[in-house]
Amino acid sequence: METFWFIAIAIILAVFFILDGYDFGTGIIHLFFAKTEKDKEVIAKSAGLFWDSNEVWLVAAGGLLFMAFPTFYASVFSGFYLPLIIVLWLIIFRAIGLEFRGQFHFQMWKDIWDKSFGVSSLLLALFFGIALGNIVRGVNLGGVEDGVSVYEGHYFFLPLWNSSFSPLSEHPGIIDWFTIIIGLISVVTLAIHGANWIILKTNSSINSNLKNIIFKLNITLAALTIFSLIVWQMVNPNSLDNFIQKPYLMVFPLIYLTGLIGLFFIKKLKKDIHGFALSTLLILGGITSSLASMFPVILPSVNSVNEPLTIYNTASSEYGLSVALTWGIVGFILIIIYFIVQKRLRGGKVDHMDYGH
Amino acid sequence: MEDMIFYDRLQFAFTITFHYIFPQLTMGLSLLIVYFKWKYLRNKIEKYNDAAKFFMKIFAINFTMGVVTGIPMEFQFGTNWAKFSELTGGIIGQTLAMEGLFSFFLESSFLALFIFGEKLMGQKLHLLTGFLVFLGSWASGWFILATNAWMQHPVGYEILDNGKFVLENFSALFGNPWLLPAFLHNQLASVVTSSFVVASIGAFYILRNKQIEYGKLFLKTGVIFGLISSILVAFPTGDWNAKNVAKYQPAAFAAMEGIFETENAGAEIVLIGQPNMVEKKLDNKIAVPNVLSFLTYQKWDKQIIGMDKFEKEELPDNIPALYYSYHIMVGLGTIFMAIMALAAFLLWRKKLYKSKALLWAIMFLVPFPYIANLTGWYTAELGRQPYLVYGLLRTTEGVSPTVSSGNTLFTLLGFVALYMLLGLLFLVLVGKTINQGPKHQTH
Repeated sequence: METFWFIAIAIILAVFFILDGYDFGTGIIHLFFAKTEKDKEVIAKSAGLFWDSNEVWLVAAGGLLFMAFPTFYASVFSGFYLPLIIVLWLIIFRAIGLEFRGQFHFQMWKDIWDKSFGVSSLLLALFFGIALGNIVRGVNLGGVEDGVSVYEGHYFFLPLWNSSFSPLSEHPGIIDWFTIIIGLISVVTLAIHGANWIILKTNSSINSNLKNIIFKLNITLAALTIFSLIVWQMVNPNSLDNFIQKPYLMVFPLIYLTGLIGLFFIKKLKKDIHGFALSTLLILGGITSSLASMFPVILPSVNSVNEPLTIYNTASSEYGLSVALTWGIVGFILIIIYFIVQKRLRGGKVDHMDYGH
Repeated sequence: MEDMIFYDRLQFAFTITFHYIFPQLTMGLSLLIVYFKWKYLRNKIEKYNDAAKFFMKIFAINFTMGVVTGIPMEFQFGTNWAKFSELTGGIIGQTLAMEGLFSFFLESSFLALFIFGEKLMGQKLHLLTGFLVFLGSWASGWFILATNAWMQHPVGYEILDNGKFVLENFSALFGNPWLLPAFLHNQLASVVTSSFVVASIGAFYILRNKQIEYGKLFLKTGVIFGLISSILVAFPTGDWNAKNVAKYQPAAFAAMEGIFETENAGAEIVLIGQPNMVEKKLDNKIAVPNVLSFLTYQKWDKQIIGMDKFEKEELPDNIPALYYSYHIMVGLGTIFMAIMALAAFLLWRKKLYKSKALLWAIMFLVPFPYIANLTGWYTAELGRQPYLVYGLLRTTEGVSPTVSSGNTLFTLLGFVALYMLLGLLFLVLVGKTINQGPKHQTH
């Protein structure tokens, strides 16, 4: 039952990153590559029309995580207090940028809202990557000092960074060179994803150029991926054990690899949706591979005093999880129905769509 | 530790207060939107359809605000109240996750369809999408109230040796005797807010002499819905809730009614007075004898236990705030009933649209139903103190063990600053939409 909920929440999180990921990515592309006012407007619109319904997935993932693994929720949310609150602020700040930009007719104000949308998108992509980096690296559970836990074994608190910037130190901070690398992977991946979204949903003048950009970003991504795999071995020598013991888990890295290789052929793809599908595979493969490498651990411990958090020692009661399964299935079916209905009615390019408010 | 809890509570109070400006409008407004759309299908008068679409625009702005200010609420359970989340997540996680799964998706999907899809779907389906938005937003209220009801009056649980609350009976969460009265009261209160908003926009259009036809429609509809809901919010639902507090949280009841001493005869109802915590009495009191006993137990001389009979540890920790919140809510509710009754009377006598003074009053009263809603929630939440889960888990036991008070103060200040900006955005967007009016349909 724990495994079922772990998979269900992982899927919802992946869907959140695929959906909100494209509007983060759109923001990144907007920040660096959109030049004319017309392009800026239409690109902002391709995110602005959809971001709020995408963020509903974050709420759902949060709620289910709370229900199924309350101890994990409590530990991780309080331990990563500052970065999580900063993420909240960025989400709000981004929304302000997106919603304000259409309201003023002076170029100066538009530029300000554009920057707030772009910069907060970039930082969100970076922070979510750093968060994933922290989860796979592990934390000092129990706040162990000289072999003694300062807190209960499943609590911790991380500073934003420490002086060594090293994931190998006894008290790694949230930002170190390893998590930065994962953060950069996230930024590049989502930028590719966002570029694909813009190509799919708009007729902006930079669309043809975007394929070149995707190609170049993809080279960077491939290099970063290889580099990260090497340093991951340094940070966590056991990171491949799960894949060796359970070879079928290799399907997740293969999903990522398919996306990565496929995107090198971006210029030859016949349909815009194919590019978007490939970057979707990147995100899906990236998240699932990271989780699969740790399973059933969901937060490793960097000390030997306290046990890592697993899906078993953080889960709700068996009864609670199985009741939730009943309503959860009904809920998932409904969501899929809404999703299909919505996609059918809101497909197509956004250039001439209206905000509605 | 004291600082810590204070900042955690203040941050939650501040962010939830700001958040609840938005859902309280959307829940009630969705009902009025469905009404306008349904009327249009019956009478085919175009302005009803325009009204439905116009208010859905206002709904959409509020919904967006609700989403971005709602995510911090969910996060704060984990960030600031980790111990509480760890101990009770197995129970309230159920209702909170159900809210995400059953109401947000419904609301957000069909909101988009309502706004974008009228031509594609045809009128009947358009009404249906409006109805589904209504259903989603009320379901959201239902699950949040179910969560809160469990904290006010825990049911269906078992406590393990390690202090964890484990779910024992899922359906008990929804059969909680606290839930239905609280839900109905809350939803009706949100209808009061949205009726005032609709009526006040109507009054604005009439007073500024533009789009008067819409102004009259909004005012009429707002007044009728406002009168019905402001009566129902007091009787029976408000009364029903007060009886629940008296039954399940007698200490909170004594504090909110301002009963410092237990009398041997029936208890008086306090209309006005200031709690004096030093001398344990009410200053400048105006009260009506025996009425509280009658309202609560239908017996004029029934004794009501005062605060003197409870240990200090059982009493709410901020009695004046609780007392004032409750009395402000009740006082405002009474004023709403009076204003709406007067407006409805003038509407019937066909004088309302010319009664300038009343139109001005309706227009400027619009912040007050918001205040009444919020003070109602303050009453519930301050009354539950010093507990998070009434009688079982104290507020002091629920905070995050690793987050220092400096961090919380920093994030609290950050929220204050950011929400000021967000509030400004909200006012600009809503102001612009209202100023343009329903006639202005962008394409």
